[in-house]
Order: sequence, then structure tokens, then C-alpha cells
Amino acid sequence: MHIQLKNIHKYFGSVHANNDVSLTIEPGQILGLLGENGAGKSTLMKILSGLICKDNGEILINGEEQNLNSPADALRLGIGMLHQDPHDFPSMTIREDLQIWNQRSDRTRTDATDWQALMNIQEDLGFNLDLDGSVGDLTVGERQQLELARLLWLGVELLILDEPTTGISALQQEVLFSALKKLAGQGKTIIFVSHKLEEVKELCSRAVVLRKGCLIGEREAPFDENDLVKLMFGRQITRTRTAHARTRDVCMSVQNLNIEDFRIAIENVNFDLYAGEVIGLAGMEGSGQRQFLQALAGMKQPSSGHIRFGDEDLFGRNCYEYQKRGIFYVPTARMEEGLVPGMTLEEHYILSDCEKKIFIDSRKSHKTTEERIQRFNIKGRSATYSEELSGGNQQRLLLSLLQDPAQLLLLENPTRGLDIESTNWIWSILRERCQAATSIIFSSADLDELTFYADRILVFFSGRISEPLDSAGLDEERLGRMIGGKDWPK
Amino acid sequence: MRKNRGFINFLFRISGILAALLFTALVLVIAKANPWEAFGNILMGAVSTPIKIADSFVAWVPLILATCGLVITFTTGLWNIGIEGQISLGAIMTTWALRLLQDSGLPPVVIILAGILAGMAGGIIWALLAGVLKFYGGVSEIFAGLGLNFIATALTLWLIFGPWKRAGVASMSGTEPFDMSIWLPTIPGYRLSVWSLALAVASVLIVYFLLQHTVIGLRLKAVGKNYKAAIQMGISPSKYMLLAFVLCGLFAGLTGAVQVLGVYHRLIPSISSGYGFLGLLVAMLVDYQIVWAVPVALLFAALNIGGIQLPIMMKIDSTLSGVMQSALVLFFMLMDGVRKKMLKKEEDLSDE
Repeated sequence: MHIQLKNIHKYFGSVHANNDVSLTIEPGQILGLLGENGAGKSTLMKILSGLICKDNGEILINGEEQNLNSPADALRLGIGMLHQDPHDFPSMTIREDLQIWNQRSDRTRTDATDWQALMNIQEDLGFNLDLDGSVGDLTVGERQQLELARLLWLGVELLILDEPTTGISALQQEVLFSALKKLAGQGKTIIFVSHKLEEVKELCSRAVVLRKGCLIGEREAPFDENDLVKLMFGRQITRTRTAHARTRDVCMSVQNLNIEDFRIAIENVNFDLYAGEVIGLAGMEGSGQRQFLQALAGMKQPSSGHIRFGDEDLFGRNCYEYQKRGIFYVPTARMEEGLVPGMTLEEHYILSDCEKKIFIDSRKSHKTTEERIQRFNIKGRSATYSEELSGGNQQRLLLSLLQDPAQLLLLENPTRGLDIESTNWIWSILRERCQAATSIIFSSADLDELTFYADRILVFFSGRISEPLDSAGLDEERLGRMIGGKDWPK
Repeated sequence: MRKNRGFINFLFRISGILAALLFTALVLVIAKANPWEAFGNILMGAVSTPIKIADSFVAWVPLILATCGLVITFTTGLWNIGIEGQISLGAIMTTWALRLLQDSGLPPVVIILAGILAGMAGGIIWALLAGVLKFYGGVSEIFAGLGLNFIATALTLWLIFGPWKRAGVASMSGTEPFDMSIWLPTIPGYRLSVWSLALAVASVLIVYFLLQHTVIGLRLKAVGKNYKAAIQMGISPSKYMLLAFVLCGLFAGLTGAVQVLGVYHRLIPSISSGYGFLGLLVAMLVDYQIVWAVPVALLFAALNIGGIQLPIMMKIDSTLSGVMQSALVLFFMLMDGVRKKMLKKEEDLSDE
């Protein structure tokens, strides 16, 4: 499929999200679309997939101008997008979900649903989804797999992937990339939206960079990484490893902990967490990290074991007891589980104020709000609604709501979907907290982030948890193999 | 530009009301009645004499009290369909307290206060039942409320025809009326009691203050908008949802108490008079903003009172008021939807 975008403009209020973007994409090409958060990548792709309408400009598909007024229009033309947030029906089984989409698409054959074709695609991509399982039970990674398989099944010719590797394991990523290369070889056009340079380097034959809504450059493979970084940020960024503040005081001691879930069983976890220490959780999405973090926050009851904190055993207490002791969990789904849509930033700060009060002290809350917005560099005002913020700013808001000082922060994919700059910034804030003896346990799909920011790493593999590994001098290749289930002691 | 938009919003509201009137007129034409005459009768029935105006306020009191409670449950994300039963239980408990104390020789003020408190307790118990069924039994509050409404109706009828039946013969007209000394005092010559009016106004102020200026109100709102996030903020959703039920039950029970003490002076079979369901309409119409519920509830109350004239004057059933009220809600919401859609388009255009 030959795609030509001509002078695309899109405004959101006063924000010029896409400014005169022109771009041609040849069939069989894997195009990398790079840019930091808020550069306008997602907007451009949403326009191309019919989810939002362009304000100005033309879209030519195979040389013909097309009006894309809805995702159904786009799908009819063979354009499918894999979104960051899965578009599916959590209350249905996978089979039902697929049937709905099958009926919605005009491209479908009139005869009965072609399950064999779908199974072939699954096999091709190395996915293993149980068609009679419930969509709601899938992890984010599995839901992305479902979406990808579904789009291919509906006969999509142009595949747009928006940050597809967030939340999936290194192995799954490998499978995905080989599948994408195969698809490109079959003449499908692929647009790969990402801010991860290495992925673009590995996968794409051409890359274009957006910055502040403008297309500011394009490069052919092989790419020079520093060159791309300069294009994306206007300057070079390097991570600097700061000194760790870890002590030998035990913050939390986990003994013989067993966590059972209908999907996964985690058995016999033992480790000591030191005050001021950062522990990273590595592993494929859905290997038990979420259950583990939730168990340590009292959000999910472990079936047996001890969680010793200070002089107490917190086993069996509810999450409010944990919160009272300064143990907080920050979920990865910010809008769904962390923030309240329809409430302003100021209202969020009032709610998270730990002081027990009956009446709202609007003068004080005003002051707090202004302070936090400044300190956490949130692009918004006190009367801004949380859902109006961009992803990075929502994450900053979420972190700024955490009580200070805290004893232990349990962060589920804290930098998921954020660009390097936001990631660095968030970690600088978290590091400050470690200096004040706050311990952190976080999960991440990014090996660099894990080895870089964690003092020790726990590797998860289908419910098994490794001994804590010191991240200093840890061989990343070995880590990758362990995540994939190799090199485990018998 | 902004002023212009305010005017457009106003136009949309008015057009919603006009559409509702047109629709009602159409219903009247189909029923072979003169719409002008009917509207005129309703208007005159509600405002032509001071007594009728006062009667509109008599209807306003239970309606706004029920709406007060419902605004709280809606804010917390709960559909408290069980409000009718909660009003009935309030009335039953008030009647029980009055029957118990009427011959005790206590001062009437004490008896009346005990009646009000008993009524509130009745409403709270019935609301808590719905809440407990939701949190411990996994029953949706909508179905729990619906079931409890039927039970409350059955209970009322059983009491009227059984243990509390009138001396001689039980009848649909209700239990034996109480002695005048324990009625809520009314303005001489009118059915309206200043006391019940004061209770209603105080309730509105309390709910407004609770939801706008207290941390508890904000927490209720947070639970209603995203209970998962509320958990992260240390707010227990089940605790605050139960609290919302309790508060709503309190106002519903008060509604029942006022109907017994100030209006019917006995327990009658349809003691809630549908004010609970009408309150649901009012709450939805004002988008759960208690301030706006005050005039809207008054309008609905006036329609109820004005409708009483219709069977006498035109031989049309008085339920026409109900048709008008529902049409108002439906068309108002429809126009609001259209307005929002147009506003969005306009914004998209002006952005260019």
C-alpha cells in the first residue's frame, strides 16, 4: 500500500499537534516514526487510522485521495492501528471479541468465521491465546497480541504500531520483530511508532523524526544513534548513574511468601529489602510482577507467609493498614487505577493530603497545588482535569500525590510509555526519595532501566522468582536469558 | 464569544423545554383534548390562589428531600432505586414511634422529634440493607433496591390491614389518623408547615456544603468517579458507598417522616407517592447539582399540584403531569447532548 500524507495540520485547542506534516511511505517498508512524548506521533497516526480527523491536508492512498472519518473507514481501506491502550471488550471471551470485529469489518468473507486463518496467524507470530478465555483476564501484553492478530486476520495492508514493545518481554519482542519483517517482505506497509532508538535501528529501513508537531528530518538505515537523538531532542542526552544510598537497615523482610492467583502461583519468596534500596523486577509481562507488587502493598492477599515490617507481621492486613505505615503502590494504568477523571489537580492534592480534616481549606490546597505543580514540573494548572494531561504529566501527577516521606514505594512499570527525558526526570525524583531512606521496588520491561536504576534485580519467570541479583556487573545477556526461562537453577 | 456561548446554552435549554411542551401537546391532541386549555388548567391549578401555591410547596418538600439524598448516592456512583422503599420505611417507623408514644403523656414536641428520628432510622436501615446486599452479597444496588421497594410496599399494606388496622374495618385510606396535637403545625388555613419547609431548606444547605466544602464530599466524588484510584489514595470505596447509602437513607426517612407528620397524619398505602422516583428524574435533570434541584423540584411539584385540576375540569387523567415531567427530562437531556456535540464541532472549527 502506497501512502502519501500532504501538509497535515491538527490543532487541539491552542496546541498545534501536527504542523504541516508531509510524508510518503512505500509498500513493503518498515518506517520508524520517532519523537519524544507529545511530539505529535500518536496524533498523526490516529489521523491516518481514522480515529481523529485532520484539520487540514490530504491523505492519498495508492494515489487516490481518501476521507478517513472513522476507524471503520480506515479498516475498509486496509489500514489498521495497534494502539497503546488496547481497543477490545474486556467482558467478552476472545472468540466473541473477534466475532464482533469480524462483523464490523466489510472486508470479511460472508461465510462462517474463519478461525483456522486466525490460528495460522497466531502460530506465525508465536502467540498462544486461548480463544475461549476472557479478554479481561489478559495482561496488557497479551491484549496487544490479540489486537495484532486480529488486525492481520481482518486483512490489514498498512499496519500502524504505536509503542508496541512496551509491556512485552524481550523474547516476545524478538518474535514480534521477525513477524514484522516477514510481513514487510510480503509487501505490507508498516509504521512503527517508538521512542526507543535501538528498536528502530533493529527493525526499520527508514526513520522520520517529529518534534513539536513538525517533521524535522528523516534518515535511511543504517542509523547513527547520536544523530537521531539530536534530531529528537535537539540535543544529546546521556544517562548518568548516580551513587546509591542503600543502607544495611532492613525495611521489609519477606519470608516463605506464597501468592496464588487464578492465573499464576508464586511460591516461597524470601528476601530482605534494605532502607533506601531500589529493587527492580524483571520478567515477561504477566510473569507475576503485578501480583507480587500488589501483595507487598496489601492490595492482594497472599495465601501464606510473612511480610515483616518493623516489629510487625503485616500478613493478612488490608491495603489501608499498609498505607498507614507508608507503603504505597502505584499502578501502571494511570487513568484507570491511579487518577480520578473529572477531578482537577487541586482536588487530587486535597484527597491525597494525609492530614485528617473535615473541611476543605481552599487557601492551603491552592498553595500546595501550585507548589507541587512547580516542583514536579507538571504542564497543567490547578483547575486542569487529570484526563487532560499528557501521559508523562499524568505520571508526574501520580508521583507527586505520594505521601512524603514514605517507607516503601511499589511502582508498576513507572516509566512505561515515557520518553528518555521524562524517564530520567522521574528517576531523579525517585532517587531523591531513596536518599531519604525510602525503599523502592519497581517492575519494568526495559533491561537498561533495570540495570541502571536498580541496586538488585529479581527475575520473574511464570511465577518463579530468582534470588536477588546485584545489578552492578550483571551481565545483561544473562538477564535476558533468565527472563526467557533459561539459566535457572534446577 | 463567551457571552455568545452562554446565550446559545440558554437557547438550547429553552428549546428543550419547548420541545417537551410540544410533545405533551401532541399527546393531548391525540387524546382529543385542547392543549391550551390543559396547560392553562395546570398553570392555574398550581398558582392561581395562595392555597395552591402553598400546596405546590407541600409537594416540593418531599421531592427536594428525596433529591437531596439521591444527589449524594449519584455522586458516589450509586443508583439508589430503592429510595421509594426507604421513604416508606421512614413513614412506617415514624408511625410506629407515634403510635407508641401518643398516649404516653410526653410533650408533643418530644413525640414529634422522636417520630422524625425514628423515620430517619427507618430510611437508614432500608438503605443499609441495599448497601449490605451490594457489598456482602454481590447484588447490584439497582436490583437490591427494586426488591426492597416491593417488600416495603408489602410491609406497609400488611401493617395497614393487619396489626395497625382501624378500629372496625381496615381500609385503603390507611391507619387511624393521629391526634392533631402531634401533627407538624401548619400555617393556619394552609396545608403547608413552616417546619417541614425549614427541614427541606436545611437539608439542601447541608448537602450543598457537604459536597462542595468538605473532604468527605470530595471523597464520595472520588469513589463515584474512579473507585480504583480512590483505593490508592487510602479511601475505602465500600466504606464511603455505605456512607452514601446511610446519608441517602437518612433524607429518604426524613421524607417519609414529614409525609406522616405534616401531610397525611397517618400511614397510607402509597405513602411515598412516587416522590422517590420523581426525585431520580430531578437529580438527573440537574446533573446532580443540588442548587439547581431547588427550582426544578419546585417546577415538578407545581406540575403535580396543577395536574390535580385536570380530571375535574377536563376529564383528563392527572398523570398528564407525569408525561410532562418525563418529557422534560428526556428532551432536556436530548438537547444537552445535541448542544455538546455542536459545541465540540464549533471548537474544532475555531481551532483552525
